[in-house]
Amino acid sequence: MKTWSAAATVLLIIPFWVLAGPTAVRAQQQGGGAGKSARDAAPIDLTGYWVSYVTENWRYRMVTPAKGEYRRIPSSRAALPLINAWDPAADERAGNQCKSYGAGAIMSVPGRLHITWQDADTLRIETDAGTQTRLFHFSPGASAATSATSATSPGPRSWQGESTATWEPATGGNAGGGGGSLRVVTSNLRAGYLRKNGVPYSERTTVTEHFDVAPLPDGGRLLLVTTIVEDPVYLTGPYVVSPHFKKEPDGSKWDPTPCSSTW
Amino acid sequence: MLIHLVARRAAVAFLLAVLAASKASAQFEFVGSWAPLASEDVQNDSVPVDYLGLALTDEARSRALSYDESQKSMIERQCAGWGAAYMVLGPFGLRVTSQTDPVVNRVVSFTIGAWEDWNGMIIWMDGRPRPSEHALHTQAGFTVGRWEGGALAARTTHVKAGFIRKTGVPLTDQATIDWRFFRHGDLLTVLMVATDPVYLVEPEIVSKSFRLSRTPLDYRAECVTAYEGREPGDSVPHYAPDQNPFADEFVNLYHLPREAVLGYRETLYPEYRKKIKDTYVPPPPCTSSCGAAGNFVLRQ
Repeated sequence: MKTWSAAATVLLIIPFWVLAGPTAVRAQQQGGGAGKSARDAAPIDLTGYWVSYVTENWRYRMVTPAKGEYRRIPSSRAALPLINAWDPAADERAGNQCKSYGAGAIMSVPGRLHITWQDADTLRIETDAGTQTRLFHFSPGASAATSATSATSPGPRSWQGESTATWEPATGGNAGGGGGSLRVVTSNLRAGYLRKNGVPYSERTTVTEHFDVAPLPDGGRLLLVTTIVEDPVYLTGPYVVSPHFKKEPDGSKWDPTPCSSTW
Repeated sequence: MLIHLVARRAAVAFLLAVLAASKASAQFEFVGSWAPLASEDVQNDSVPVDYLGLALTDEARSRALSYDESQKSMIERQCAGWGAAYMVLGPFGLRVTSQTDPVVNRVVSFTIGAWEDWNGMIIWMDGRPRPSEHALHTQAGFTVGRWEGGALAARTTHVKAGFIRKTGVPLTDQATIDWRFFRHGDLLTVLMVATDPVYLVEPEIVSKSFRLSRTPLDYRAECVTAYEGREPGDSVPHYAPDQNPFADEFVNLYHLPREAVLGYRETLYPEYRKKIKDTYVPPPPCTSSCGAAGNFVLRQ
């Protein structure tokens, strides 16, 4: 009798084991439970004010590098004439002073972020540097793959393009539990600059970003944005940077400044 | 009776299956070869005085400016530049292996292999306690890790006094380094937060990304000391902090503000950018000996 019941139990375990794991994982990849808004399903809280903490790429971010310098960026041969022809005054005259504030570069521009929920399924990021606004649209139930496809909408191209967002929650874990990441895919961009000194990306660019948060030893929080810029025209491979931000208690240091092509 | 027994066992099995699935998805495969992506300036060691991106105390700045590269010829100082932090500051990839307890089949530790001067790192995952604060401090330090929120979190203590930049920016043996390893597909982003109550006003925060490599990275031996001409008892090569001949080299090369090059805290925040807006003059385009990618890091 005991042998029979043990065997029956094992037989019952197998289908559960096979089905439960992948289903749980798939549900997580699809951005939370069915029927929940993106805001309710958020595994991490990104809202609030965040300030750039510029400990990397200082020479390329805090000041405008020399014309022609594109070190660390895998620029293609097609990009070199544009790099060497950079003319910030001409950009200004043409009304293109926001070229270095597009989605391909904006998170690396020193400044502050104000992150809020515009509605239950749209995360809004405002930057005080260049006074830009990014909207991250969640499609409930959409996988990362379909999100990327739907990002290429037929609307007019813009500096911030069209962004589709997906939560990638972690589940369980040994300590701390919860947590996860935000994945954002942006396309339909206007051509812009990866760096203030005119290192270009084309309008065929796709920007993939992973937003992660981490605690700091002093009790603060850090936002890490791993950014992958892919451009079949002006880059020979992905350009990957990971700017980070410290959480601020309020918006008292928020200081909007307009785009500038020289500074 | 039998049906109840089977049903109860099935319910337990289902719970175990769900728990196992959720626990597994909180972790990721860390083992493998991770090739560096050199798209960010984190190394900052191509000129002797480059403290960009650091928030140093005055004492740290003085010590850093007193550093002479010739100290590397002293056996007891040869490896000081390649402490635990060099994992993300150096130009190399990460070769990660795991060690498993064969009885319970659980990961006891991850080892990030040494690369040339860097000593490698063991991340203990078995929950063992840290050694006494009086225990030996080593170049690699003692690192304990755990899975947290889908990332591998670790903390390094018990480091030997050394440098956070191999150009002589000091770090004490009281420093702690917090690590987060995030994996997104084939991309691994390593976040380092180094804290030092003596030499850093604010933590040194560096993040660096690596891509999963299909071919294994090669092995390089760690820092091994050797006789390089200085005898025990010889004086320590150094400069008076205010007479370092290289103090303005980087400043002049790229027209950078001196306080930024010397690692003042305020230079890490956006306000500083506004402060220097009207005084900063970009360097002219490079026309000869420009080095790679149009910069002029080649020193004359």
